[in-house]
Formats: sequence, C-alpha cells, structure tokens
Amino acid sequence: MRGKAVIAGVGHTAFGKLEGRSTISLNAQAIGRALADAGIDKDQVDGLFVKAPTSRFEMMYAQKLAEALGMMPRIGGVWDHGGASNISMISYAAMAIEAGQCEVAVVCLADNPATGSRHAYEKSWGDDDVFGWFGTPAGYAMIAQRHMAQFGTTRDQLGAIVTACRGHGATNPNAQLRKPLTLEQYRQSRLIVAPLTRDDCCLVSDGGAAVVVMSAQRARQLQVDKPVFILGFGQGQTSWEVVQRPVLTETAAAVSAQTAFRMAGLAPKDIDVAQLYDCFSIVPLITLEDYGFCKKGQGGAFVAGGRLEIGGELPLNTAGGLLSETGMPGLQMVIEGVRQMRGEAVNQVTGARTCVVSNQGGIMHTHSTLILGQ
Amino acid sequence: MSDIDLPPPVRTDLTAPYWDRLQEGVLTYQRCRQCGHAWLPARTECPACLHDQVDWVPASGRAHVVSWVVFHMAYHKAFERRLPYNVAIIELEEGPRLISNVLGLDDPNGLQIDQPVLLRIEREGDFALPRFVPA
Repeated sequence: MRGKAVIAGVGHTAFGKLEGRSTISLNAQAIGRALADAGIDKDQVDGLFVKAPTSRFEMMYAQKLAEALGMMPRIGGVWDHGGASNISMISYAAMAIEAGQCEVAVVCLADNPATGSRHAYEKSWGDDDVFGWFGTPAGYAMIAQRHMAQFGTTRDQLGAIVTACRGHGATNPNAQLRKPLTLEQYRQSRLIVAPLTRDDCCLVSDGGAAVVVMSAQRARQLQVDKPVFILGFGQGQTSWEVVQRPVLTETAAAVSAQTAFRMAGLAPKDIDVAQLYDCFSIVPLITLEDYGFCKKGQGGAFVAGGRLEIGGELPLNTAGGLLSETGMPGLQMVIEGVRQMRGEAVNQVTGARTCVVSNQGGIMHTHSTLILGQ
Repeated sequence: MSDIDLPPPVRTDLTAPYWDRLQEGVLTYQRCRQCGHAWLPARTECPACLHDQVDWVPASGRAHVVSWVVFHMAYHKAFERRLPYNVAIIELEEGPRLISNVLGLDDPNGLQIDQPVLLRIEREGDFALPRFVPA
C-alpha cells in the first residue's frame, strides 16, 4: 500500500483558550477548512473517523458530529486509544479506501480542556491516591527517572528537546506559546514532579484539526493541489500501566516504527524531518531510541548539540509541537508533516522529502507512526 | 506520615482481603493456583493464564525500587504540608509491584534504582498501608 493513499487536505482552528466553543464546533470548523484546502465538497466525503475528545467522553460522538456536518458516512466512528488515535485512524482510513469501503475520508479531533470540561484530565489514580500518587506528569517522571538513572541521561539533554520545540514554536504565528526558552531558563524551571519541571510539560489547549485522506488516483482525478503521499504506517501497544510495565524505558513505539518503516521501504537514516509527540520532554527522546535513530540509552547524546533544530541533522517539531504550538493530542503533528512535504512550513526544512510523525497515548501505552513523502 | 485526612482506598469485595491482612500486619499478593504467576493489585483472573482460582499469599517484605519521583506540588490538600515527598514503584522479591513511599531518608530524592528496601506497615486512619524503608 506504500504511496497508494494521500493526505489531500488539512485544516485546523485557532489554538489556545477558545471560550464557549464546543468540540463539535471546533471539529466542524477544522473539517470545513480541510475540505476547502483539498478543494472538495463535503458531499464527496463518505468516511468519518473521529478521535474521542480527551476533555469529555460522549457516547455516539461521531454520529453527533456527522449530524452537525450534515453527513451520512458509509464508514467511521470514534476511535480511542488516546493520542495515538489520530495516526491509527489515518491508517484505518487508508485501508478502508483500499478495501473499497469508502473513497474520501475525513480524520479529525477536537478538544476543549482549557475552557471546557476537564473530566478526562482528572488527577486521581484510585487506591494509590493514599500514597500521594496523582496526575499524568508523575507517570512520565517515573519513566524519565529510570532512564536518567540507568543511562545517565541529563536534565540538560531533556532541555535540548524543550528549547528546540520552543524555538520553533516562537516563529509559528499560529502557536499558542510563542516564547523561546534558553537552556539557562530551562534549568531554572519550577519542579512539578521531579525530575520533571513545568517546562517539560505540554500546554493545555482548546482546538480542532482535520485531514482528508483519499487514494492517490482519486487525488489525480480531482486535481488536488500538492497531495502528500502516505508511505508507511504502524501501531503498537505497550498496554501495562507504568507501575506494572516490565521495562520502563522501552515502548511499543519500536514495533510501530518497524511496521511503518518496512511498509515504506525506508530506514531512520532516510528521514529528513521528524514530528514526534512531545507531551513531556522525555517522550521524543525515548521515541528516537525506539524508532532506531540511535541505540537504547543513547537518546540523550543524540538530541544534544543542535541536531533537532532547523539546520540540524533531524529537525524536530518544526511548528513547536505540544510544548509550544498546541497541547492538543496529536493531529496537528500530521498537519505540520504535510506542510513540510508541500514546502509550505513556517520553519521549512530545505529539500525535505520524507517526514516521520509519531502519536502516542496514555503514558506511553499506545503508539502510532506515520511516514509521509513527496 | 500519620494524618487521617489522606484520600482513603475504596474497600471492595475484591480488595478487602488485602486491606484486612495489612491491618493484621501482613502484606499479601495474589498467586494463580494453576500457573503460579504472582501479581498486585487484586484481579479476578490471572493475567498470565486467565484462570480464576487465585490465592492471597504473604510477602516476605523484601523488595527493591524500580523508579521513583518527588512531588513538589500537591494534587490533594492532605499532601500540601508533606511536600516534597517521594512516590516509588516497588517490586517485591516475589515479583508483584505496587506504588508506595520510601521513608527514613534525609532527602526524599535520596534513592537509587534497584536499591533494596524493606516493608514497614504504617497505620493511617482506618487503613494500614504498606510503605518501605531502605534495607
């Protein structure tokens, strides 16, 4: 299936605090913009794949959205394995198109935790509350601590990821946080759950995003401007809660990437630019190891020395990522990958022809990988 | 740590044996009668072989630290005056893992991965909690 499906259009809302906007409204706006970008009408869409809003789970949410859009899709619904859902749904859309189940699919997400419900961001972990074990940052901090103790990974190396993302977001006019961060400022950041500080944690954001998937052949027929080829995709599930996970520093990103790279016929050395899910600074570091950009335990050395910045060997999160552009759970990373492949990114990587995008959910429970090309 | 305002565990039919034995000063874990796999927290089926006949077995109390964090912000009022405090993933020598606190340290961050620790059961209100100290 390499290159048989394309992303034909992308769209998103503003990012940040969007007072009074429902997730239905945010999805509808993002989808309208993605359809306009692809140059197609909504009546041509017959697949609708919707990420469950993180902020509040609703039964039959995809049908509520379809009604709001005036659509009766042949295939689709809500998919939920956290932030990995976006790329997983893009892969299901591509497979559905290949199997003749639909012709044009929309994949979308919207979330409003900044001004709406924070239901799914509740902090309790149940009976372990009595030990003071709360919140999402603590789970990632457990993983970061083990990685630092086992492999000698340093705070400054995590800082290299944060400063790269913040630097890229600073020049992105759509970014929620347009404030670059120096390594010195990063060192002074307030501890939340050690070893992680405020600046290791992503933003909390309202917003919506959508992409249009169709076959390459259909894109040619419709004369879509600048379709971006889907070269490979894969998934993996680590499944165990952090407490029970046999090895804290390895994740199913490895199996996800193997599947995607095999499908694409590519290796990490062939990748020009990377959009790696950065809900916490430790995540891109472990993802780079699991993807095979470097060996396990060497992620700290790999990310140092400017490698991840524009002009470096592997520019990372060129729109700012979850740390700077928007904390929305992931589809915006795919949109930035598309912009890079079209040559339209704000921080364009000169001559970039391949982009890898990662999405993950839970506390590195789920993972999906997408490889895009020109 | 001896406040009584901590957010208490929810005692259910499934977890009652665990909390009752802790009141008696014994930490127990579950072991499958069919395949011998051992685990915490309580489940109705063995995650290794899916058998539903499981026993509660006393732990030796010997364990080690898998990883730990130190909270510098309180997510619940009861922990405000305990800051900073550690939370650790503890692996019993029999294999099961649990979330706990390691006490008896000058610095709550003064731990190492794989460091041996020993069980110390502490009373907190209506519950007895399995905590640990350096071995």
